[in-house]
Amino acid sequence: MHIMEGFLPVAHAVGWTVASAPFVVAGAVRLKKILAEHPEARLTLGAAGAFAFVLSALKMPSVTGSCSHPTGTGLGAMTMGPAVMAVLGSIVLLFQALLLAHGGLTTLGANVFSMAVAGPWIAWGVWKLAGKVGAPAGLAVFLGAFAGDLGTYVVTSVQLALAFPDAVSGFGGAFAKFAGIFALTQIPLAVAEGLLTVVVVNALAARHGKVEVKA
Amino acid sequence: MATTRSKNIILLTATALLVAAPMLLQMPGEYGGTDDAAKDVIAEHGYEPWFESLWSPPSKEIESLLFCLQAALGAGVLGYVLGYVKGRRGDNK
Repeated sequence: MHIMEGFLPVAHAVGWTVASAPFVVAGAVRLKKILAEHPEARLTLGAAGAFAFVLSALKMPSVTGSCSHPTGTGLGAMTMGPAVMAVLGSIVLLFQALLLAHGGLTTLGANVFSMAVAGPWIAWGVWKLAGKVGAPAGLAVFLGAFAGDLGTYVVTSVQLALAFPDAVSGFGGAFAKFAGIFALTQIPLAVAEGLLTVVVVNALAARHGKVEVKA
Repeated sequence: MATTRSKNIILLTATALLVAAPMLLQMPGEYGGTDDAAKDVIAEHGYEPWFESLWSPPSKEIESLLFCLQAALGAGVLGYVLGYVKGRRGDNK
């Protein structure tokens, strides 16, 4: 889902940066408050950030014959709240932009919006909704993580389609093209992330007791 | 905790199979990155990137080193937290 450095027109790069910035600031404020009130949340925070670090480094093969990486942001969205993930996700993306030439500074705003804002909020929303309609805790976590991962790539496809609409079919055609690259490849990887997230939530909950696993 | 443990083993096995599936099924493809595929589509529009990465890893080896470092840092911290909370609870079963 990384839009490469320089690959968004200036207006789009600025626009997504402006759209993402308030989420990152609000996330930092929220994070500070959580840590002040619940110092023990530091552990869950560490696990959430670490999980996103690991998963977004792993480029996995998909049945479409392409490779892509999961995002790992669903875990933190469900255990720490989606707002906080704007900060953790931005750190991961900045690391990759500066040290790996993966993503970029000009596209950081857009990438933060898809991976660190949209993905976590989608994950949290689906997880809450699944819990409300009576899904078992594990299933709700799986669905949340799956939707957050896939949703991130759908948002990336929207961002690219907005910037590069098809000459003939416009936004719709371009979205179909980018979603064909990103979203299809992502489906099995999103399932993998969902399963892994359930494992980590199980491990944290079984030994911790403090992690809220019910949606 | 036995049920959680066996559940986790099943989930991890399923994840491994899922990731291995494209190779086991010998699905055709280049197995290139989707990010690069999207870049190629954009290039078809005749778009020229207006900004370059400040620094790029000089080789594939160094790039993979840094990706490994990212994963290792994450795995280390995750393992530390899981071990810490397990130890704190005195749950050694």
